[in-house]
Amino acid sequence: MSGVRVLVGTRKGAFILTSDGKRQKWDVSGPHFAGWEVYHMKGSPADPARLYASQTSGWFGQLIQRSSDGGKTWEPVDNKFVYDGVPGTHQWYDGTPHPWEFKRVWHLEPALHDPDTVYAGAEDAALFRTTDGGKSWQELSGLRGHGSGPHWQPGAGGMCLHTIILDPRNPERIYIAISAAGAFRTDDGGKSWQPINKGLYSKYIPNPTAEVGHCVHHIAMHSSRPGVLFMQKHWDVMRSDNAGESWEKISGNLPTDFGFVIDVHAHEPETIYVVPIKSDSEHFPMDGKLRVYRSRKGGNEWEELAKGLPERDCYVNVLRDAMAVDTLDKCGVYFGTTGGQVYASADAGDSWAPIVRDLPGVLSVEVQTLS
Amino acid sequence: MIRVVLPAHLRGLVKVHDEIELEIQGPVTQRSVVDALEARYPMLCGTIRDHLTQQRRPFLRFFACEEDLSHELLDAPLPEAVASGEEPLLIIGAIAGG
Repeated sequence: MSGVRVLVGTRKGAFILTSDGKRQKWDVSGPHFAGWEVYHMKGSPADPARLYASQTSGWFGQLIQRSSDGGKTWEPVDNKFVYDGVPGTHQWYDGTPHPWEFKRVWHLEPALHDPDTVYAGAEDAALFRTTDGGKSWQELSGLRGHGSGPHWQPGAGGMCLHTIILDPRNPERIYIAISAAGAFRTDDGGKSWQPINKGLYSKYIPNPTAEVGHCVHHIAMHSSRPGVLFMQKHWDVMRSDNAGESWEKISGNLPTDFGFVIDVHAHEPETIYVVPIKSDSEHFPMDGKLRVYRSRKGGNEWEELAKGLPERDCYVNVLRDAMAVDTLDKCGVYFGTTGGQVYASADAGDSWAPIVRDLPGVLSVEVQTLS
Repeated sequence: MIRVVLPAHLRGLVKVHDEIELEIQGPVTQRSVVDALEARYPMLCGTIRDHLTQQRRPFLRFFACEEDLSHELLDAPLPEAVASGEEPLLIIGAIAGG
């Protein structure tokens, strides 16, 4: 019988929410790693029992945890993330050079066909990889070594590499995104990288169409169309139909096009979801009403999804890695809030209900569809 | 045998509920104590001191015998009462963050 496992990283630990295919009744386990920030947790597509979690703390630093039984038990693996060679400098908030310093792992992306291979997106921005299940990590330093590296600057949340997308048809192609450097692509397995930010317009930077320096919040892709990308930028929702070579704005009739999350329906590659947030100075929904917006046409034309979501006095945020979809029919959509709610829709967004209401602030949500 | 008390988050990580007893060969110093802790509990590597610089993490402190020893040299001998096991070495997470 099918089911789903929702992996929730929060400010104070990790939680695992499980249900059968109906997605009506949920079991909640956790907190795992109680008291620690869990920035991200994700399962291997090649072995659903294999999970990885980024456990971090301002006091005690970074840990990576691995589970081989679907999150029942965990073991810490290597937590040594060392930049390749002389780290060099990037720009600090005031524009002065600042040494590259490892702070934490924002995102873990297990490889599509090997449970022992995982990519890790770090702050300060860098991409690491393990090929031995987390026993050791090596930097793919071609990214940070891209000529623009000394000009990268942190976003408000730090200079984090938060998005890693693996092309299912081309194992040499990876997309990543960094706040606030922008999006990059490799076509040679991570040796060399090119910025893919043409068409982005960021009026708050000195050159609004610069090659790098854009605050990309998140990117999503449907596995059946690896060349089509959807982006939630700081402001603006964007799409690319040519693997990031160029982008066009698809904000259309959204009430605000600021936000963090974006995701794609599991079976309809032109159906996409965002959660509009009022502004970059007011990180909460418009008018106190929490809303998901769905476009069934790949952007520009958006419909408000409200059924089951708060109608008033709601001032939470939905962070960049806190939305995911399952692959059941109908597609399930999930997102978590900084107020500790995890909402689920078992009908592709038509209606919503909270799975849990009172977790610590949610940092990330991932979903595994189990057979 | 010396005694070490870890902060709660690290006790949870290594799955101990009380203080830890360690046998130290040679001088009892901050460095030798953390070396012995990491040898017994490899998951502590990087949580008390930086992997590369070996410097104490900024929000951790070393206390013993009602004294803050955090700024003592890493290879300076810890108080005799710690070396003899009479008093524990306290590794404490700074009270910070509001």
